[in-house]
Amino acid sequence: MPKPRTYQTEAIIIKKIKLGEADRILTLYAPHLGKIQAVAKGVRRPRSKLAGHLELLTHSQVSLARGRNLDTIIGSQTIDSFLPLKSDLWLTSCALYVTELINQFTADHIENYPLFQLLLETMHRLCQAGDIELVLHYFELHLLDEVGYRPQLQQCVSCHSPLKPVANAFSPRAGGVLCPRCSQRQPLTYPLSVNALKVLRLLQSSDYDTASKLKMNPELSHELDEVMSHYLEYLLEREVKSAVWLDILREQAKQTAPS
Amino acid sequence: MNQNLIPTAEAVYRLIQELNKLPGIGPKSAQRLTYYLLRASEEQAKLLAEAILSVKQKITLCSICFNVTESDPCLICRSDQRDCSKICIVEQPQDILALEHTKIYNGLYHVLHGAISPTEGVGAGDIRINELTKRLQDGSINEVILATNPNLEGEQTAMYLNKLISPLGIRVTRLARGLPFGTELEYADDVTLTRAIEGRQEF
Repeated sequence: MPKPRTYQTEAIIIKKIKLGEADRILTLYAPHLGKIQAVAKGVRRPRSKLAGHLELLTHSQVSLARGRNLDTIIGSQTIDSFLPLKSDLWLTSCALYVTELINQFTADHIENYPLFQLLLETMHRLCQAGDIELVLHYFELHLLDEVGYRPQLQQCVSCHSPLKPVANAFSPRAGGVLCPRCSQRQPLTYPLSVNALKVLRLLQSSDYDTASKLKMNPELSHELDEVMSHYLEYLLEREVKSAVWLDILREQAKQTAPS
Repeated sequence: MNQNLIPTAEAVYRLIQELNKLPGIGPKSAQRLTYYLLRASEEQAKLLAEAILSVKQKITLCSICFNVTESDPCLICRSDQRDCSKICIVEQPQDILALEHTKIYNGLYHVLHGAISPTEGVGAGDIRINELTKRLQDGSINEVILATNPNLEGEQTAMYLNKLISPLGIRVTRLARGLPFGTELEYADDVTLTRAIEGRQEF
């Protein structure tokens, strides 16, 4: 039986690029279809019926028509526009960071339902008040799980001996933690304190309800930032653009906070 | 494509290739335009070629507002008819055309030439924000109107500018975001409707 000409799915809009006069190519992340690219016609015109339902960072029900090359979006209805998130510069930037990572780590048309769930839950968490840095780190670790880059945090990745509660090191190349002895022979490692390792383990192995009870001080948060951003950059072999922007905003927040 | 296999004269092929580089012009449109120009009078072709060259040679950016202009500073910045205490901030020079068409705004402009878009690597330093803050320093401006696009990037840019400008004691306003004229309510999205209800006014 031939595939039906049109189909429906819910999806989160994670990327958009301009096409022609008034069109856009959107990248959607759907629960059962994975990452899809589709053309949205006329959405850059002010009277477009679809435009508002197809803005970045929106959870929508979309109807698509199969095309020869790219599918075309023929209908759309917002499920959740994540409004609290969009009225805040910092939260919007965080959400863009989340969607950029999803886009970079996934290939077209590969179903990953747990990853969609993680994305959706992360967006909802960003809409609620809470420790946003924690939300981001929780997302990063579980994203790595889903896409097959779970870092090894239980034993030394080189000599396989259990890690002792001392300052160890994280090696992006080896994909996990190295004990002090092994780390001396490896280039490009980042120091990892006992507390940071504990936090990473907790974030990796527990659900969000447990993880959200965690209290992180700024130094610890900064240490995790360093380790995670280097690991992500190593895996992607490129800079995460929105992460650079997040760092700029963090820096500015620091400058204005004391005054 | 192998040069030897081009079934048309090289000059024709070259023009097709050049037109094809323009946004929104595919290979077929490029062919159509090329063959039209081929049949057109030499006078017409000359006018087009000169018009293209003159925009490249004569047009510069205004050193004050960064609008495209033939003379620096631009007509709006030079004019003594305009209200010099207001600056309207837009993303592109085309936006000024649209706003001027309404004839309702009589202040100055500032063109950012882009919007903050972290995923494309466009940060605050990549658009003309530093130039804007410099303009605001002399204290003659008492209102800044944020007229960036009502989409995610435009909103981000507006929020960023608000954070930057409001500590200077300048009034910051944002164009109203609500329902466009000539549309139907049932197709409006949640964000637009929410803003429209929040921003409702006495009739």
